[in-house]
Amino acid sequence: MSVTIDKLSVAYRTLAGDVCPVDEVSFTVRDSEIMGLAGESGCGKSTLGNSLILLEGRMRHLGGTVVLDGKELPIADNRAMRPLRMKEVSLVPQYAMSALNPTRKIRRLAVDLLRCHGVKYASVAEELRRRIALVGLDEDVLDRYPFELSGGMRQRVTLVLSTLLNPSLLIADEITSALDVSTQRAVGELLMEFRERGFVRSVIAITHDLSILAQIADSILVMYAGRLAEKADTDTIVSYPLHPYTRALIASLPEVGVRHDETTLKGIPGRPPALMNCAPGCRFMDRCPLASERCGVQPPFTEVRPGHFVACWKTAQEAAA
Amino acid sequence: MSEQLVSDAAAPATEHLPAPSVPSQAHLAGVTAAPAGLLVTAPVARRRRGEFLHYALRNPKLIFGLSLELVFVLAAILAPVISLHGTSTYFLAHQAPSSAHWLGTDNLGHDVFAQLVYGLRTSFLVGALGALCASAVGMALGFIAGYRGGLIDDALQMVTNIIVMIPSLVLLIVIGAYLQTRGVLFEGVFIGLTTWPWVARAVRAQTFTLRTRDFVDLARLSGKRSVSIVMKDIAPNMASYLFLVVILLFGSSMLLAASFDFLGLGPTNSVSLGTMMNQANLWSALQLRMWWWFIPPGLVLTGIVFALLIANVGLDEVFNPKLRTQ
Amino acid sequence: MSTLQIDKVSKVFRASGLDRAVTPALRQVSFDIEHGEVVTLIGESGSGKTTLGRIVLRLLSATSGRVLFDGQDIASLRRDGLHDYYRHVQGVFQDPFSSYNPIYKADRVFDLIREEYFTRVTGAAWDAKIDAALEAVALNPCDVLDKYPHQLSGGQQQRLLIARALLLDVKLLIADEIISMLDASTRVDVLNLLVSLKRTGLAILFITHDLSLGNYISDRTVILRYGAVVETGATAKVFGNPQHPYTKGLLAAVPQLHKKWQDRPPELAGENHVRRSAMTFEPPPLRECEQGHLVANVE
Repeated sequence: MSVTIDKLSVAYRTLAGDVCPVDEVSFTVRDSEIMGLAGESGCGKSTLGNSLILLEGRMRHLGGTVVLDGKELPIADNRAMRPLRMKEVSLVPQYAMSALNPTRKIRRLAVDLLRCHGVKYASVAEELRRRIALVGLDEDVLDRYPFELSGGMRQRVTLVLSTLLNPSLLIADEITSALDVSTQRAVGELLMEFRERGFVRSVIAITHDLSILAQIADSILVMYAGRLAEKADTDTIVSYPLHPYTRALIASLPEVGVRHDETTLKGIPGRPPALMNCAPGCRFMDRCPLASERCGVQPPFTEVRPGHFVACWKTAQEAAA
Repeated sequence: MSEQLVSDAAAPATEHLPAPSVPSQAHLAGVTAAPAGLLVTAPVARRRRGEFLHYALRNPKLIFGLSLELVFVLAAILAPVISLHGTSTYFLAHQAPSSAHWLGTDNLGHDVFAQLVYGLRTSFLVGALGALCASAVGMALGFIAGYRGGLIDDALQMVTNIIVMIPSLVLLIVIGAYLQTRGVLFEGVFIGLTTWPWVARAVRAQTFTLRTRDFVDLARLSGKRSVSIVMKDIAPNMASYLFLVVILLFGSSMLLAASFDFLGLGPTNSVSLGTMMNQANLWSALQLRMWWWFIPPGLVLTGIVFALLIANVGLDEVFNPKLRTQ
Repeated sequence: MSTLQIDKVSKVFRASGLDRAVTPALRQVSFDIEHGEVVTLIGESGSGKTTLGRIVLRLLSATSGRVLFDGQDIASLRRDGLHDYYRHVQGVFQDPFSSYNPIYKADRVFDLIREEYFTRVTGAAWDAKIDAALEAVALNPCDVLDKYPHQLSGGQQQRLLIARALLLDVKLLIADEIISMLDASTRVDVLNLLVSLKRTGLAILFITHDLSLGNYISDRTVILRYGAVVETGATAKVFGNPQHPYTKGLLAAVPQLHKKWQDRPPELAGENHVRRSAMTFEPPPLRECEQGHLVANVE
């Protein structure tokens, strides 16, 4: 099973014009792979993740295809996507802690979700109980209201509910962001365990936190201002990044053990460009220490080494050499 | 109703949409920014305020409601102009509508149309007075209770509950018994002083939520006093909500006044829509089939309040981006 | 004399007037901050760290214990004294956007300060003051003045708030999770800014849940759990030689770029999952395990 995204473009309609946070994006997620989608706020990673399952309100599908298991996903057609949601593609949304209906008990939520897909609750009740226990929660969680649970518990419940029908693709949007450090580790390890046990086939884990991805992801895809910057497996990205943005990002992360007196970390000056009426060419150009005239033309996202994609004229040239 | 006035295009930079503005090269070059940065911001800032106007002019409910309301308001203002006769001139009684008397005459021979348009004035006046009074008292107490909390809040809650429990009709009868005449002013103020609890509660609830926001803490850390914080930081953030509250109060005051008038507790020295209906009822207009006497006032009153409520719904959509369907 | 002394501060929140159940948010917390020192207060959610910050900022009052600023008990401050207090002690909060009133322009935060503390400074003199403050936080006046908050990035908003604090004569800055909502590339810039301010003599109470940030900039660390101090001391000692199982557990769980979780066992998970309701009002006492490094007995 695999997901192939080819030249996908999604735009938001606003009063001032169209904003394009996903601009001709192409990549592949292999079977049973946890791919991390990293980037800063405003880069379009959440839009990309959400567009694979629900194009809502002001989002418009401008072009490109998403092929899951050889079949094209009709992401622009809300009706056609409905039977596929939760069964083929599932989502753990950002702020999942607020994603649960506060006036319903958890069991009732599960019943509602299952009924939408024509699955009787009784047939999966046993499995549900087993998974609740697997994530380290008591069975009586099912009879509680969401506000009676802590943030970490709600996150785990959402994870279980979203993967109950064993989807092929899970989009996990910032699932560790608002959690404490120890719960972060627990949830991250749970995601990996779900993948081990086959509850989900492939996962796209969206986050801004590269350190978490270094722990749980097999490969990392870095996005910048609506376009892809670099994709490689985790060790390569962390230890031998090619794209100047990735390099600068990794260099700016403080690690435990690094103190200011010993090493002064540097941020990246400037801001990401606005996603409306973008100037042609590489979007990182303004902030890039390696920028040159060539960068006036958008570099293609090419495979410079096996499994290592980068969109940069300079470093692609270096890598090929 | 959300108190957020920030438009969807202006999401904070930490969410998935960045602010639409030209990036400055200054950070890299280390010199003062190019003027281009300043030029772009002016239209964006103005766009925020113009944004409400943009949506307001395109909201069908608001336009319909306001237009209909405007018709009635103009009719009331231009009463001497559009009415052929005064309210106290006597003509032939029980006449059906004709070209001389557009809505006929009542049992004493007064022109019904004249009464209608002059009565509109009274009704509007009472509505405005009632709304003003209730807003002033309700907002003041609501802000105090919501901002201070604690014992003051508990005390004001008790006062509110007591006022709510008092049956206004009975109170009006009792007070009315001691007064020689009742005027428009009295009725307006009375309605204001008995309907403020609803406003106070709503304002208190909103103030509670706004009080916990970080910018209120920042104002406190800047040494600002409570009054200043409420007036400058909290109230403006509720401006749209307060606006809607006043509109609703206006409508409900008019309805309440009409019901008091219908029962004979209205102003003794002027004609209003409610007093017209009262007179029509007392003099058996229904049995005498004088439809031109008892239908128009009720219809007009319904129209006025209906228009207000529709405009209110439209205005809510304008202020709250999440309700917009466009 | 220390700039700030926190002496056995406790805070209890009552659910409602009639409710007997009480939640101790803070239990006899004590530590000091010296002139020009950065002290990191580390804790997970529910540890009480934000509550302590708000008590120091006089946005909340302590149930018991004292907070002394330059030797003076801040609980005794009334109108003018409080007004004066804010001249020396300021705070910056977690969500930069919500610190601004969205209907006004961002630089209104400067005007608030001027209206209260610099009524006689106007025109060019005030502009010069603002320019100096903006320069200290590495912001370009043309980029940030006369703009609405939503037109600024998170990093700019945060730095503007720090500039606002610098307009006054601050001796102590309470930074409550000021980095967590910023992007990775701007975080370091704000952190470096705090370090440069510290070098000018500003004392900073840096509240965070992120151990790597605390490790990067602070001189001393205080680790809080369920409202009580479990370990405190010089940062290098606390991170280099953690004694309390909670501290060890935290360090084991922090995700790092170059070390996998699998290589670090989740320290004594069972022991760390002590129920909050089992916490007593009196936390276990702190003992000195090495010079300048205190640790509490396990509860």
